[in-house]
Amino acid sequence: MSTVSVPLPAWINYGLIPLLNLILAFFFSGLVVWGIGENPFEALQLLLIGALGRGEGIGFTLFYTTSFIFTGLSVAVAIHAGLFNIGSEGQAYLGGLGAALVALAMDSYVPWYVTMPFAVIGAALFGAACAAIPAWLQAKRGSHIVITTIMFNFIVSSLMNYVLVRVLIVPGKMAPETRTFLPGGQLPKLDWLIAMFGGKIGAAPLNFSFLIALIMCFLVWVLIWRTKLGYEMRTLGISPTAASYAGIRYSKIVMITMLISGGLAGMMALNPVMGASARLQIEFVGGAGFVGIAVSLMGRNHPAGIVLAALLFGILYQGGAELSFDMPSITRDMIVVIQGMVILFAGALEYMLRPAVVRLYQQLTGK
Amino acid sequence: MSLDSPKEPAIELVGIDKKFGTVHANKNINLTVAKGSIHGIIGENGAGKSTLMSILYGFYQADHGEIRISGKPVTIRDSQTAIAAGIGMVHQHFMLVENFTVLENVMLGAEGGQLLAKGVASARKELKRLEDDYGLEVDPDAVIEELPVGNQQRVEILKALYRGAEILILDEPTGVLTPAEADHLFKVLRVLRDQGKTIILITHKLREIMAITDTVSVMRRGEMVATRKTAETTVEELAELMVGRRVLLRVEKGAANPGAVLMSVRNLTVKDSRGVTMVDNVSFDVRAGEIVGIAGVAGNGQSELLEAIAGIRKPSSGEILIDGKPVAGLDPAGLRDLGLAHIPEDRHHMGLVLKFEEYENSILGYHHDAKYGRGPFLDLDAMRKDAEEKIAKYDIRPPNPRLRTANFSGGNQQKIVVAREIERDPKMLIIGQPTRGVDIGAIEFIHKRIIEMRDAGKAVLLVSVELDEIRSLSDRILVMFAGKVVGEKSGEAGEQTLGLMMAGIAA
Ligand SMILES: Nc1ncnc2c1ncn2[C@@H]1O[C@H](COP(=O)(O)OP(=O)(O)OP(=O)(O)O)[C@@H](O)[C@H]1O
Ligand SMILES: [Mg+2]
Repeated sequence: MSTVSVPLPAWINYGLIPLLNLILAFFFSGLVVWGIGENPFEALQLLLIGALGRGEGIGFTLFYTTSFIFTGLSVAVAIHAGLFNIGSEGQAYLGGLGAALVALAMDSYVPWYVTMPFAVIGAALFGAACAAIPAWLQAKRGSHIVITTIMFNFIVSSLMNYVLVRVLIVPGKMAPETRTFLPGGQLPKLDWLIAMFGGKIGAAPLNFSFLIALIMCFLVWVLIWRTKLGYEMRTLGISPTAASYAGIRYSKIVMITMLISGGLAGMMALNPVMGASARLQIEFVGGAGFVGIAVSLMGRNHPAGIVLAALLFGILYQGGAELSFDMPSITRDMIVVIQGMVILFAGALEYMLRPAVVRLYQQLTGK
Repeated sequence: MSLDSPKEPAIELVGIDKKFGTVHANKNINLTVAKGSIHGIIGENGAGKSTLMSILYGFYQADHGEIRISGKPVTIRDSQTAIAAGIGMVHQHFMLVENFTVLENVMLGAEGGQLLAKGVASARKELKRLEDDYGLEVDPDAVIEELPVGNQQRVEILKALYRGAEILILDEPTGVLTPAEADHLFKVLRVLRDQGKTIILITHKLREIMAITDTVSVMRRGEMVATRKTAETTVEELAELMVGRRVLLRVEKGAANPGAVLMSVRNLTVKDSRGVTMVDNVSFDVRAGEIVGIAGVAGNGQSELLEAIAGIRKPSSGEILIDGKPVAGLDPAGLRDLGLAHIPEDRHHMGLVLKFEEYENSILGYHHDAKYGRGPFLDLDAMRKDAEEKIAKYDIRPPNPRLRTANFSGGNQQKIVVAREIERDPKMLIIGQPTRGVDIGAIEFIHKRIIEMRDAGKAVLLVSVELDEIRSLSDRILVMFAGKVVGEKSGEAGEQTLGLMMAGIAA
């Protein structure tokens, strides 16, 4: 209790403690692996090599990272204004529709770089639209945003089922998906990026949206720490009473914040829809929205932290897939358990080690 | 209990030293507190009083130094060890569970045993005994949030006693109390002392020090500079010891020169969130170049009145006019644009965002001003430069705009708010409790600034529960009781007259 107020240097707060949490998560994951009769060190090695060993692995890792950056930013922006947006999953899903409609409309007429800005806007608009109603309900009616955004995940899921099965499906086909976009509706691979480090991208779907994600990180940083709007968001997030004293309008900030948050989630769709599969498929988000919550939490809601946390989860996703391939007794579900451990220790139990670290720090520095 | 027979010390602090980064909050402090005495600690804002007490209570660890309790050296690692050593602390911001009952709060963390029912019965008995012994009456089954502040404080004291505290630390306990509640608190403290408990009292009110303490120690800039027997010192000496120079305990002011009416309140009625009428059909004017003081016991509608004028709370009927024009529907931002500045009563919840760095707070509410940025962007360099100027002018310590606001001492936090609101050069200034938790040197400073505002032709509305403050600043005094303005007096009105009016007895 008393140690919460003790100030620690930044390198301990943002470096050492997350690292210890991570080690703990891997330790317990190792126990699980050992429990089913596999060698945990070998498993860890396979995981790391799978994720980072070759150009193709890195390409996959960064592909997942891209999605997690978008959803992590989405969650973080909302948290700065004191809002817990659990609906990034649904917002990303609807964002996919926005991106796909743009791609379908333009791909046969213009090259990709003309389509791209419109697709970014389309994805963001649809994502924002999905966040708009929960935002309005919170701002004007006081319905809790956590509840409404969760509900919207289900609503969007049903809506997209309908759209893909009844409207956008290619006539005569069985799969609920759109037609494949022409190159004018696709985002190019970043083979040159991997090549710069002497690797080959192979089949990895790493694409241009990775760069868009990095740009968004910078823009979010500017928004939160360098603009008046960001200042108002942070004021509201920390102290609603101080915000009302300062004349910061609650409903306005809630609306704007959620639209931005939803927009960022929507942009996540660019990566799988226009970058990887070149078509809109059912359930393409695959949980990235929820991973975004963990990413934001681990990254302390800061874009730089979010990039690192997203990279970590990218490694776990890609390395995990390789691992379950190489060690058949470690199934996909086991990988989910390991990811769960990381979320548990690095996110939820963030403060578990803090008192001990504080004590040690005090002893070492003689305070 | 004669003062001459040396009593054994309850607490000895030997060579306590504490730094926060470059701020040397406690410098080699030695302090001995006699058992069964009330020991006052005074000092300017940021002198290090709260830090010293936090070290004694285990919130912080000293860099060097030793703590001895009843002669035995102890290491106090956290509040649990402090409690085990018999030290209890009454925080300025109460640490109570608002929707628990008194009994539940007292028991919390000290339930004793696995079965709650058994613990409850014995706790109830023990609580009753403590209440009777020390005159700390509160209904054990009352829910905390429904109790007046004074009673909540009693619960804090009961909590400490229930845990077996022999030493009780009170950090600025009277800041939030009405005069009657404060009197009662002092009665309780005397009873506690007479029963052998040791009490450390931090306060900025020298009158309280003179009234209740046996010994008083003075801190200045992290050092313990003097200890006196209370009976052998005077308010003037203490003030000088604290600040290092002579202090005007009452600021000089010339005659007012009132001009046009700038702010009018017409038949204003304000209800609180439960629909209870807090301000009842109130009307008055404030002219340019005058200070109108609103006197009253806390909780008689002053807070709601201020919030309504500031645009934070919607009135249920009546009008507020600025420059003759009704301002219904304007929010605080709109009112600021009309030249209304507001120093709120509650700096922690309204005036400041405690997690922000100082310079971020020094623009709160004015962040759209052209000098703090262009278009949608903030100009951090301009903000910091502006903050540095205010820090220098208002002697805010430590002079670091990058420090988290929560890490400034209470009085310096208040100066951050005052500087922000006054330096904007508003036309009208509404002020709630401008000097709550502020040291006498800073009170003098803030009072001077308020009078300067008046002399520069601003309209000033001042709400304070400190009658002294109202009397020394106001040109006209309105007395509020039960939501109504029950009378108006000139600034020279006597304490007695005002006191009776505040109690709702005479008009
Ligand atoms: N956690 C902290 N980090 C950095 N500086 C701190 C911290 N806590 C206190 N300080 C600094 O230490 C000094 C002493 O502060 P302290 O709160 O003890 O003063 P105080 O005597 O209680 O003042 P006040 O009368 O205004 O309450 C101040 O300069 C304050 O800014
Ligand atoms: Mg203090």
